[in-house]
Amino acid sequence: MGLRTFAGGVRPGHYKITADLPITPARVPEQVVIPLHQNIGAPCEPAVQVGDSVKVGQLIGTPKGFVSAPIHASVSGKVVKIAPYNHPLGNPVEAIFIENDGQDTPWEGMKPHKPLEELSADELRKIAQEAGLVGLGGATFPTHVKLSPPKENPIDTVIINAAECEPFLTADHRLLLEKTEDVILGLRAFMKVLNADKGIIGIEDNKPDAIEQVSKALAESAGEENIELCILSAKYPQGAEKMLIKATVGREVPPGALPMAVNVVNQNTGTAVAMAEAIKLGKPLYERVVTVTGPGIKKPANLLVRVGTLVKDLIEQCGGMTDDARKLILGGPMMGLAQPSADVPAIKGTSGVLLLTEKEVKQYSIVPCIKCGRCVDVCPMRLLPNLLGSYVEMGLVEEAEKAGAMDCFECGSCTYICPAKRPLVQWIRMAKGEIAARRKK
Amino acid sequence: MMSKKFVVSSSPHLRSPDSIRSIMIDVLIALFPVVLMSVLLFGYRALITIILSALAAMATEALALRRGNFFGDGSAAVTGLLLALTLPVAPPWWLVIIGAVSAIVVGKLVYGGTGCNIFNPALVGRAILVISWGSHMAGDVWLCPEPYAFTADLVTSATPLATGQAPLLDLFLGTVPGALGETSALAILIGAFWLFYKGHICWRIPGSFIGVVFLLGLTQGGITAGLWHVLAGGVMLGAFFMATDMVTSPYTPAGKVIYGAGCGLITMVIRLFGNYPEGVTFAILLMNALTPLIDNYTVPKKFGEVKRNHA
Repeated sequence: MGLRTFAGGVRPGHYKITADLPITPARVPEQVVIPLHQNIGAPCEPAVQVGDSVKVGQLIGTPKGFVSAPIHASVSGKVVKIAPYNHPLGNPVEAIFIENDGQDTPWEGMKPHKPLEELSADELRKIAQEAGLVGLGGATFPTHVKLSPPKENPIDTVIINAAECEPFLTADHRLLLEKTEDVILGLRAFMKVLNADKGIIGIEDNKPDAIEQVSKALAESAGEENIELCILSAKYPQGAEKMLIKATVGREVPPGALPMAVNVVNQNTGTAVAMAEAIKLGKPLYERVVTVTGPGIKKPANLLVRVGTLVKDLIEQCGGMTDDARKLILGGPMMGLAQPSADVPAIKGTSGVLLLTEKEVKQYSIVPCIKCGRCVDVCPMRLLPNLLGSYVEMGLVEEAEKAGAMDCFECGSCTYICPAKRPLVQWIRMAKGEIAARRKK
Repeated sequence: MMSKKFVVSSSPHLRSPDSIRSIMIDVLIALFPVVLMSVLLFGYRALITIILSALAAMATEALALRRGNFFGDGSAAVTGLLLALTLPVAPPWWLVIIGAVSAIVVGKLVYGGTGCNIFNPALVGRAILVISWGSHMAGDVWLCPEPYAFTADLVTSATPLATGQAPLLDLFLGTVPGALGETSALAILIGAFWLFYKGHICWRIPGSFIGVVFLLGLTQGGITAGLWHVLAGGVMLGAFFMATDMVTSPYTPAGKVIYGAGCGLITMVIRLFGNYPEGVTFAILLMNALTPLIDNYTVPKKFGEVKRNHA
């Protein structure tokens, strides 16, 4: 089978230095700080009060709307404080501070559900919702919402996003190797909820061991004939949902629409594993795999991290950082968010902790566009980033809107490739912010 | 250690190693076989012309921008070099300098420098020379190649385009009278291969340019005539090194094909119907002027906009 891919994109290098390191449990801290906003939708309200005792997996945050996901305690112990705290997205967010009693007492409600065959679609949807599942690729879209498409959009295919196209990150890679069965079980659960005939697992060809393992697992287990392994060319942003759908089933999601418009739902590898664990163990999403990596980390690792663990604790466990570490990024190097300090909790959407050194952190002086058209060649949305950037530079936000600024999903390929070192995606981001604010009025 | 403050910036946090300077250095590397061949074919005088032109271009830019760095982003060196490669072997020294200075000043700096110019600077310089000092730039000024003849007497003649004579193999190797860097298709192809390999040019512009010249050449006497029109004169150098100038050519994929085809068409119209035996310079300059328009009319359809390919 030939490699599948999409038009455009860049090859920034792999840097998957942690690919061969098994997932190890991170040290559970003495205190966790669990933000009450950990999904792309509405935040949660505290379901506990200061002084309450909580157990591992117990509900501590109730969602304020349908597009939101509940939040659970990641340690057992006492709620000592509810107050705003640093958040990976920038502004401080109300968080629940739990003092760990070291007992790791599980919440009584964590009980295995019936096997998948005996669960109905509605029951499965409820399991996903109650377990607080969100997209673990980083976008943190609540899973149960994705599993509730309107009737006009019947779903025929569920795609597991195992591309992991961000350089450095290996969390999904390790899950594919170590939790192969769970990835497949999660996919089957999603297919059942959505009544989809077909499942696809899309893996980039830079993970040959994972490809081999998944294909073996699919061949060995009966009844997986409708699940296909799709080998993708290792190119960024292959894991962007629209690009993944194009590469695997050849459909193009129209501008502004969701994947369900072309009868497809995407789920991340980690989300599939979390779904499987929610069914098999009744386990809510209170921990996830985080790749702690980069040239600024002394001992890179793939860690199973409790939500609410501070990033500085994770760095410390990985041998600390090198003297020349200059930039801390949560997520991958292409779309991750730079953090001013390591005093910030890991949340459901934290796929990686990346430390770059002086060598990688450069400042560039911006020079005029030389119209080489590389950004046009690499833009996976087939926009004209050069033009959009120039519009924003000149303050012509309305022109940028007409030229499709809102269709940019900010993969950053244009900025990566630009030989004039123009901050194209950054300009487009500015325009998007202004356009969104204007539309709200 | 943990109170450390980090550098914060907007993603992406990785950047491609390519810069304008590295691209220009690659173009200079790609031009090396062309320069080498012209020295082999035309002797040391070629080298003098080339060095004079490149230095004059770089000096002009450094002086005009009051820049300490003589090389800068490297684009002046490329402009000076390309201009020299379109000149006869041993033009008067002042002609070379006027060409290089006008290429940089009129061709580029008046628009705002690298990236802002509309016309290919080297060709602006050449056009000014052709129009102002035609007697030095056309007719029997072209040195007949005397390989390795470093002391050869100047034997000049008209180019094959004017005389209509030259075997194809000579045209391919470059052993015909002509401009310094235009005669040897072989050397140009070797250089172009480097640019393809480094991803600085794609097939669209040279392919459509040469394709149209070949097709229109066919009408003048079949395949031989088609190949003759491709290999004679400045088409090869123009298609691979001039028309592909990033700043002055379209950035949309479809636009590149239209632009290249337009270059080929105008070249052949000038060759077959015009006053000049050669039309590459003016063809590319005219298409440079149309570039913004072409870009405007060839905006790619956004992802997912073409069709709803699933009912």
